[in-house]
Amino acid sequence: MAALQDVDRPRTTARLKTERRGNVMTILAAGDWVLGAAEPHDAALRALTFAGVATLEIDGAGLDRLDTTGAWLLMRTRRVAQMAGAKTVWLDVPDAFKPLISTIDQDCNGPPVAHLDDHGLRAFLERLGRGQMHFFGQAVSLLGFLGMVASETVATIFHPRRLRIPALVRQMEEVGLNAMPIVGLLSFLLGIVFAFQGADQLRRFGAEIFTVNLLGISILREIGAIMTAIIVAGRSGSSFTAQIGTMKVNEEIDALYTLGMNPVEVLVLPRMLALIITLPLLTVFANVMGIFGGALMSLFDLGISVPAFLRQLQGAVGTGWTFWVGIIKAPIFAFLIATVGCYEGLQVERNAASVGLLTTRSVVESIFLVIVADAIFSVLFSLLGV
Amino acid sequence: MIGEPVIKVEGLVTRVGGRVLHDGLDLELRRGEVVGVVGGSGTGKSVLLRTIIGLNRHVGGRIQVLGQDVGKLGDRDLRKLQTRWGVLFQDGALFSAQTVAQNIQVPMREHTDLSPRLMDELAAVKLGMAGLPPDAATKFPSELSGGMRKRAGLARALSLDPEILFLDEPTAGLDPISAAQFDTLVRDLQKSLNLTVFMVTHDIDTLKATTDRIAVLIDKKIRIGTFDTLVHDPHPWIQQYFSGVRGRAARAEA
Repeated sequence: MAALQDVDRPRTTARLKTERRGNVMTILAAGDWVLGAAEPHDAALRALTFAGVATLEIDGAGLDRLDTTGAWLLMRTRRVAQMAGAKTVWLDVPDAFKPLISTIDQDCNGPPVAHLDDHGLRAFLERLGRGQMHFFGQAVSLLGFLGMVASETVATIFHPRRLRIPALVRQMEEVGLNAMPIVGLLSFLLGIVFAFQGADQLRRFGAEIFTVNLLGISILREIGAIMTAIIVAGRSGSSFTAQIGTMKVNEEIDALYTLGMNPVEVLVLPRMLALIITLPLLTVFANVMGIFGGALMSLFDLGISVPAFLRQLQGAVGTGWTFWVGIIKAPIFAFLIATVGCYEGLQVERNAASVGLLTTRSVVESIFLVIVADAIFSVLFSLLGV
Repeated sequence: MIGEPVIKVEGLVTRVGGRVLHDGLDLELRRGEVVGVVGGSGTGKSVLLRTIIGLNRHVGGRIQVLGQDVGKLGDRDLRKLQTRWGVLFQDGALFSAQTVAQNIQVPMREHTDLSPRLMDELAAVKLGMAGLPPDAATKFPSELSGGMRKRAGLARALSLDPEILFLDEPTAGLDPISAAQFDTLVRDLQKSLNLTVFMVTHDIDTLKATTDRIAVLIDKKIRIGTFDTLVHDPHPWIQQYFSGVRGRAARAEA
C-alpha cells in the first residue's frame, strides 16, 4: 500500500472493483477512499476506457470514508466517461458524502495546475533579457536620483538654513565616531600582516629596512582608503538602505511628502554629507593605525627601532603626493557609498522581503563602485605621474 | 453531526514574557463543530491558537488534540499529528518564492507519495474549493490581493485533507463583501469536508455567520456559549461586545 510516509493515520484500505455487463459499466468503490489509501487506484481508474459504454454506474454503497482525494478520483472517472458519451449514475452514495461530491462537482472544474517553466533555454533567455532591461532601468533611475540630489544640494547651498545640523551631527557620530573601533582594529591588523609579508620577502635580499617603504606607500596610497571605504560600505551603506527602506515600508516617506518635506533633503543630504566629511577622517585614522601596526611588527620581527622606523618612513613618504593620493579618494568613495545606500533604500517596495534584498544589493553595488573608482584613480594618477 | 471531542483543553496555563495569559482555561471542541474565539486585545487569543497547534509551550494543564497530548509529544509525533490539521495564518503565510500551485503542493510533496500528475489535479481541486480561478495557480503570492492570498492559504491548509482547521483572523483586512464570501466558503467547506473549525476572530458578522459556539476569553479563562446565550451574559465586556449587534438588530426590527 502506498501509504503516507510519516503520517499517522489509521491503517486504511480502499477497495475498487469494476464490472461490465453489456454496455453498462459499474465501479464499486468501498472502504476508505481517503488520502493515503485511495491513490493506488489512480492508475487503474485512469486506464479505464469507455468505448461502447452507454452507462457508467458509480456504486458507493460500501464507502466508509471519503475525502477530497477519493472524491476527486471518482469524479474524474465520471467526467472522462461523460466526455466519452456515457451516461453516469451515482448509486447508493451515503448521504454524509453527498455535500463533498457536489462541492467538487460544482467548484472544481479547472484543469490540472500548470507550473511555470523556469528551466530550459527560453526561460534562461527571458531571465537574461529581463536582467539586462532591469540593469539599464536601474542606471537611468540612478541618474535621475543623482540629478535630484544635485539640485537639492545646490538649493541647500543657497539656503544653508535648510541643512539639518542635528541630523548631520547624529549621522556623523553614527557613521564616523562609532566606526572607529572596527576601522582601527582592522587597519592595525592589516599593518601587521603587510609588515610581516614584506619583511619575509625583503629579508632575502637583506633589504629589511625597505619594509617600511613598502608599508608606508601601500597603506597611505591604497589600503587605508580602500579598506576604510569597504568597511564603511558594509557598515553604513547597508544601514542607510535598511533605515530608509524600513521607513518606506512603514509609509514614513509618503508621510514626509504629505507634510511638505522633501525626503532627499531630510534623509539623504545629512547622510551623504556626514559620510563625505567623516570618511576622509576615518581614512587618516586607518592610516595611523595601519602604520602603528607595521611599526610594532618591524620592532619585534626586524628589530627596527621606532625612531629608525619614523626616519625611514619620513624618507619614503614625507614628501610628494603619497598621503594625498589616498585621502583625495575618500570623499569620492563616500559619495558613491552614500548615493547607492540612499538610492537603494528609496527603491524598497512595501514588503519586508524587499528591505533585505535591497540592503544586500546596496552593499555589493557600493563595494563594486568603490573598487571601480579606485581603478580609475590609479590610471589617472599614473597619467599624472603622481 | 456533532461527535466525539477532537480538541480538549484542561486547566491550561500559559505565560508569555513573564505575564500569565491563560490560567486554568478549559475548552472542548467536538467533531464537526465551528467555534469562534473572541476577546479583547492582548487576552491571548492567538497565543491560545498557537499553543494548541504546538507553536508555543504551555506551563500547566493538558491539551489533547485528536486524542493525543500535544504537550507530551516528541517532535516527530507532533509533526505526524500536525499533518491532520490545517492552519490558515493571518495573511496566508504563503511561501513567497513559490507559486500558488507549488504552495499547495508543499505538504503533498513532503508527506505523501502521490504521482506528480495526481498532485497537479488535486491542487486544481483545492484551488476550486477555495474559490480561486485556475489561472491563479501560476501566480506568486505578491501578485495576489489580500482576499486571494487568504484563499490560497486556505487551499494550502486543506492540502492534506485535514480533520481540523485553525483560522487566525480569517476575515481581518478584507472588505465586507470579500469577508462575507470567505465566511460562506468556510461554512460550505466545513459542511462538505465535515471539518472541525477553530477560529480566532474579531468580526462579529463572521461569528454570526459561521460559528456554532463562541468562546470568549475573559479573566484568563474561557466562557463558551452560543451567540444567542452570550448576548444575554451579564459580564460587562461581553455586554459591550455584543451591544453593537443587539442595537443593530433592534434597529433592523424597528
